[in-house]
Amino acid sequence: MASFIYDFSLLTKPIHEALYHWLPPVWALIAEMTLIGLIFLLFYAVVGLFLVYAERKVCAFMQNRVGPNRVGPYGIFQTIADFIKLLMKELIMIKNSDKLLFNIAPFIVIIASFMAIAAIPFAKGLHAIDFDIGILYVIAVSSLGVVGVLLAGWSSNNKYSLIGAMRSGAQIVSYELSVGLSLITIVILAGTMQFSAIVEGQANGWFIFKGHIPAFIAFVLFLISSTAETNRGPFDLAEAESELTAGYHTEYSGIKFAFFFLAEYMNMFIVASIAATVFLGGWMPFHVSSWTGFNNIMDYIPPFVWYFGKTAFVIFLMMWFKWTFPRLRIDQLLTLEWKYLLPINLVNILVMAFIVLMGWHF
Amino acid sequence: MTSNQIMFFIFSAVIVIFSILTVSSRRILRAATFLLFVLVATAGLYFMLRFNFLAAIQLTLYAGGIVVLIIFSILLTSQVGQKLELPSVKKRIFAAFAALAGGLVCIFAILQYNFPIAVTDLSTERTTIDDIGKAMISTGKYGYALPFEVISILLLAAMIGAIIIAKKRKD
Repeated sequence: MASFIYDFSLLTKPIHEALYHWLPPVWALIAEMTLIGLIFLLFYAVVGLFLVYAERKVCAFMQNRVGPNRVGPYGIFQTIADFIKLLMKELIMIKNSDKLLFNIAPFIVIIASFMAIAAIPFAKGLHAIDFDIGILYVIAVSSLGVVGVLLAGWSSNNKYSLIGAMRSGAQIVSYELSVGLSLITIVILAGTMQFSAIVEGQANGWFIFKGHIPAFIAFVLFLISSTAETNRGPFDLAEAESELTAGYHTEYSGIKFAFFFLAEYMNMFIVASIAATVFLGGWMPFHVSSWTGFNNIMDYIPPFVWYFGKTAFVIFLMMWFKWTFPRLRIDQLLTLEWKYLLPINLVNILVMAFIVLMGWHF
Repeated sequence: MTSNQIMFFIFSAVIVIFSILTVSSRRILRAATFLLFVLVATAGLYFMLRFNFLAAIQLTLYAGGIVVLIIFSILLTSQVGQKLELPSVKKRIFAAFAALAGGLVCIFAILQYNFPIAVTDLSTERTTIDDIGKAMISTGKYGYALPFEVISILLLAAMIGAIIIAKKRKD
C-alpha cells in the first residue's frame, strides 16, 4: 500500500557501500560517524534557531503582540543575530565555584539530548540507529540530562541555582515515571519498542485512533508529563525567573548558557517528535484502512513533511501550554504527578492491555 | 585492529581512569560525576556486545537513577569547596597494599581460569527484548515467573516501608 513512500535507505546504502569500498572498515566507520555527527550538529543549529524564533512569535501571538520584527522580513534573522551575540559574549568564570563540574554540566545536558535524537526516525529508512529497544533507549538517555542540571545548580555556588536544581531534580525524577508509563501503554498496543516497527504498525491508522480512548488518554498524559520533563512552562519551576532569577543556569554566560538554552529547545523537539512518532504515526501519512485511493493521494505528500508537520503541531501545543497556564507551585506539581497522573496511567495501562487482549482495537 | 577492539579499548580506558578518579577525588560530588562516567562507559560496552536491553537498563537504573539519587543527597549535605580530609599516611599505605593485593588476586584468578572461547558472531546473535519478556513471565523451564513475582513483592514491601517511615505522624 505504501508504495509511493521514498525509502531513504536507497540513498544511504550506496554511500555506506562506497565508503566501505574505498576505505578500510575502521576508517569507513569513523567517516560515517563523523558524517552523521556533522549532520546532527547542523540539524541542531537550524532547528534550535527556528524553535527560538517560533517560540517568540507564538508567545507574541498569544499575548497580542507582534514579536521580533526588525531583523529581516518578519524578524526571521533575529535568532541568528542573537546567536552571534551569544557567541561573542564573555564566558564569566565564577571564582568560588567548582570549575570542573561547572564546565562539564552544559555538555552533559547537551550530550544527553544528542544521544536521544539518534534513535528518532525522520523518514522511511532515515534514522541514525534503529534499536530493537528504541523507546526504552530514549527514556534511558533522556534521564541523563538531569545530572547536568543538578551539577550546574550545585557547582555555581549560588542559592538560587541550587534551589532550581533541587526542584528540577524532584520534578524530572517523578515525571519520568509518567512519561515511561504512557509510552508503555502504546508499546502494549504496538507489540514492539522498535521505532521503525512502531511507525510501520500505523500504516492503516495512527495509534491515537487505533487504540480508542486509552491511547488518547496516554497521549494527553504524555504531553503533560513530557512538558514537565523538559522543564518547560507551566512546569518551569527549575528556572522560574520571577522567583529564582534564572534557576540552575543563573551563573552561566555566553555559549555555555546557549548550550542549556539549545538543549531545552532540542529536548522539546525530541519529546514532540516522540509524541508524533508513537501516537501520530511519525512519517506515516494519514491512512484510513480500506480507503486505497485516499491513501495513495496521501502518500504523494513526502514523509518528512508529515513528520515535521506533526512535530510542529505537538511543539505548538507545548508552546500553547507555556503561554496560557500559570506556573505551578512545587507541591502542586508533585501532587499532580503522584496523586493524579500516576494512578490514571496505571489504570490506563490495564485498560489498554484488556482491549488488546480482547482484540477490540482496530 | 578492528573497530570493535578500538571501541573496547576506549571504553575500558574510560572505565579504568574514571574508576580511579572516583575513589581518589577528594570532592565528593566530583567523585559521583566520575562514577556516572564509569557507568555510562559500562553501558557502552553492553551496547558494543549488542546487549541493548541490558545497556538501556544500565543507563536508566544506574546512571539515571542511582547516580541521580547520590547527587541529590550530596546536594543536600555538602557545599562547593568542601574537601574530604586526607587520611593519615599509615592508612593510605595500608589501603594501597590492600587494593594492590585484591587486584593481584583478581588478575591472577582471571589469567589462571580457562575461559571457553565463544565463537559467536556479535553482529547477529543477541538476546532480544522479546526473549527477555517471555522468559520473565514463563512458568516452564528457564522461566522467571516465580523470582519475578517474589522480587516484586519484596519491592512492594520496601515501598510501603519507605512510605510509613516518611509519613507525617499525627501527634
